[in-house]
Amino acid sequence: MDHKGEIEEKALLHDMASILTSFEKERSNLIPILQMIQEKYHYLSARALQIVAKHLEVSSCEVYGVATFYNQFRFYPPGKHQIRVCLGTACHVRRGDIILENFERKLEIKAGETTTNREFSIDRVACVGCCALAPVTTIDDTVHGHMAPSKVEGLILGFEIEKERRKRENQQGESKQ
Amino acid sequence: MNQNSRGKLNQVFASIKTEAERRFQEMKGHNTQNIFIGMATCGLASGAMEVKAAFEQALLERKLNAHIIPVGCLGHCYAEPLVIVDKPGFPPILYHDVTPGKARLLVKAFLEEGDPVFEHVLGALEESDTIPSVLEFPRFNQEKKVVMANSGLIDPEDIYQYIQKGGYSALVKALTLEPEKIIKEIQESGLRGRGGAGFLTGIKWQLVRNAKEKDRIIICNADEGDPGAYMDRALLESNPHLLIEGIAIAAYAVGAETAIIYVRAEYPLAGKRMKNAIGQSRQIGLLGKGILGTDFDLDVAVFQGSGAFVCGEETALIESIQGKRGMPQPRPPYPSQRGLWGKPTVVNNVKSMASVPPIVGNGAQWYRGIGTEKSSGTAIFSVVGNIIHAGLVEIPMGVTLRTLIFEICGGIPNQKKFKAVQIGGPSGGCLPESSLDIPIDFDSLTEAGAMMGSGGMVVMDEDACMVDVARYFLDFTQKESCGKCTFCRIGTKHLLDILERIARGEGRNGDIELLENLSLDINGGSLCGLGKTAPNPVLTTVKYFRDEYEAHVREKRCPAMMCRALTAYYIDLDTCSRGCDACVGSCPTESIFTTKNRKKAIDQSSCVKCGECMSACPPEYDAVRKVSPPELAPKIERPEDG
Ligand SMILES: Cc1cc2nc3c(=O)[nH]c(=O)nc-3n(C[C@H](O)[C@H](O)[C@H](O)COP(=O)(O)O)c2cc1C
Ligand code: FES
Repeated sequence: MDHKGEIEEKALLHDMASILTSFEKERSNLIPILQMIQEKYHYLSARALQIVAKHLEVSSCEVYGVATFYNQFRFYPPGKHQIRVCLGTACHVRRGDIILENFERKLEIKAGETTTNREFSIDRVACVGCCALAPVTTIDDTVHGHMAPSKVEGLILGFEIEKERRKRENQQGESKQ
Repeated sequence: MNQNSRGKLNQVFASIKTEAERRFQEMKGHNTQNIFIGMATCGLASGAMEVKAAFEQALLERKLNAHIIPVGCLGHCYAEPLVIVDKPGFPPILYHDVTPGKARLLVKAFLEEGDPVFEHVLGALEESDTIPSVLEFPRFNQEKKVVMANSGLIDPEDIYQYIQKGGYSALVKALTLEPEKIIKEIQESGLRGRGGAGFLTGIKWQLVRNAKEKDRIIICNADEGDPGAYMDRALLESNPHLLIEGIAIAAYAVGAETAIIYVRAEYPLAGKRMKNAIGQSRQIGLLGKGILGTDFDLDVAVFQGSGAFVCGEETALIESIQGKRGMPQPRPPYPSQRGLWGKPTVVNNVKSMASVPPIVGNGAQWYRGIGTEKSSGTAIFSVVGNIIHAGLVEIPMGVTLRTLIFEICGGIPNQKKFKAVQIGGPSGGCLPESSLDIPIDFDSLTEAGAMMGSGGMVVMDEDACMVDVARYFLDFTQKESCGKCTFCRIGTKHLLDILERIARGEGRNGDIELLENLSLDINGGSLCGLGKTAPNPVLTTVKYFRDEYEAHVREKRCPAMMCRALTAYYIDLDTCSRGCDACVGSCPTESIFTTKNRKKAIDQSSCVKCGECMSACPPEYDAVRKVSPPELAPKIERPEDG
């Protein structure tokens, strides 16, 4: 393992230890533990699952089996901006599938994937509870109601402009110093 | 309970009520003005946060004093963000579609100058001479709010507002009664479980009460997996204490000291508000050890699900809480015999639990007076899809579907025709126009092939394709099948395959009969409700819309022009206007090109059939057409340089 990897591993072990101390070694804590890890790291790494298995004294395949059963858990890091396109019934009848396709085409990835620059990931979800605003897409914590294919480009462009702006600000900040 | 401890109980609660009243007077008294802003998920999604900020800013600028109270969901999601302004001298007035601009206007014109800005008023919440009451609208006067009575009127994060409205007094009343008496009351009320099957709640409680094992558990099922329904979420976000009160009464009645609320993963706000509410109740002694000075102990915890539809099924839900894969288990033993950690367990839906305090407070006879003989009480639906007044509706059981859809919810928008209503989500069915006169109750809906289910109702207009709807639901159940039994795991996959090929125009003779037979086998061969009911969307659409299936299979035609493999868009060269290029920019795949005589045409090879050009074409030309065989889009070659 290279030096950087070693440091990362140490940080992970330390972090995990502090997460795990707040839970008793009980099987029924498995799902809350996984949720806590995902909340912190946004995904469950293979190493993290092993550590959980050891803590709860169950086999890693048990842990993996439970984690893969539930839709919420992801095993790869998501993008910086998480796009969740609702395909619940109300959004489906209002053509949510077309919205999803537009995001997929624009970002050149499929639902469940992350762009290579790790900026965006797309997921399909079933009902976020705003059916009256269908079709709905949530990006990070913001709910966008009454989506239209033509809004897709604008939303992504918005993030890209924001990113450019921040980059420029950083550069300016650096050049001033 | 003896005279002495009853006296003490009442005394303890009286002091809590006094505190609630004191806070209420502080808020309401001295001529203060109050602004209530709907801030459940639907309100927030429509911009309630920005509206709140605008109110705060405007009040500050004008140096006016008013309380801003974040409240939950009134159910009128079509009109969000909703704001109620309560100004002394006026009835409380409800405003719809409030924007930050309207918020600033209301502060200036109404709060400062006393002009209620009639054009933005939805109605007054109380009768008055000056302002038309909301009760003049069918959406308000035909509803009967029992469970949702305080939703949208109180701050869900403030326990005292709930108490001031009479909250927790049903629990206090219950604690003075023998547990058996409460169970009897629930039985007499005729309350049936609102989670789907409609099992009598009182009987379930009695079973657990009778169990030998003394350690008993209450689970409130807030998994709400139906992908198009959000009644439970709205309740959790709008009035969490009603649920806690119901759970506490249930726990006292069956003799449980532990309760768990299983909240769906996708509902972070609901989980957060629930936890906050539990903390508040514990703080003033309404939960925890020795509740209100009695010897009744109860702990309530929230368990956040992790996203699996099947975990709404009670035995799968229990597995999931135990840290396992959410696989349903054979019943018997029922949870009431051997549930969570092997203990007798009551599993009830959110709406069932939330109906308990009103029943205990007002008596079984009062509840029986609402609804029908065999389905007493109210039904809560989330009515969405192609409907004008989409949102949450609470109606007495027995109202017909027609009244609900056309009167209460305003009918179908855009002058389209009604086609079908899907009730009960993936386990339910699609009912056509001819079924609209059946009354909404457990048995009538089941008889028609749909089911009450969770209370999701999706209205579809003439543009919806019934093959596509069936395909949609099978795609869902097939993905969500836990894989335990063969009929469910493989059967749903086959149903989906057949539906997909029909939707692609590759249906074969005999496919429709195959769907029917396979459906019956899956129903008979599956262990849990997921598999047993998964074929319902197929069976009902085949039953009521068989001609539509036949058009797909025989003529390769989608009558609703929804199935994308069977439809095409083209531009009518006769009405297309030279020089206009509104459609060109709207196309996400740059499939629109200019023809030799400077009109527009669509390249069929790259068109994804999203319909954007149809919305973009100016109404005076109205040149975009949509066709399905036998009519075909005319072939126009794209010029080399186009
Ligand atoms: C596949 C499946 C999904 C279910 N989903 C839910 C649900 O989301 N919410 C719910 O309350 N009940 C759901 N149920 C019903 C529960 O198993 C159980 O009957 C119900 O929670 C009992 O509460 P009740 O008597 O108050 O209706 C589901 C059942 C099945 C078979
Ligand atoms: S179906 Fe999309 S929000 Fe409910």
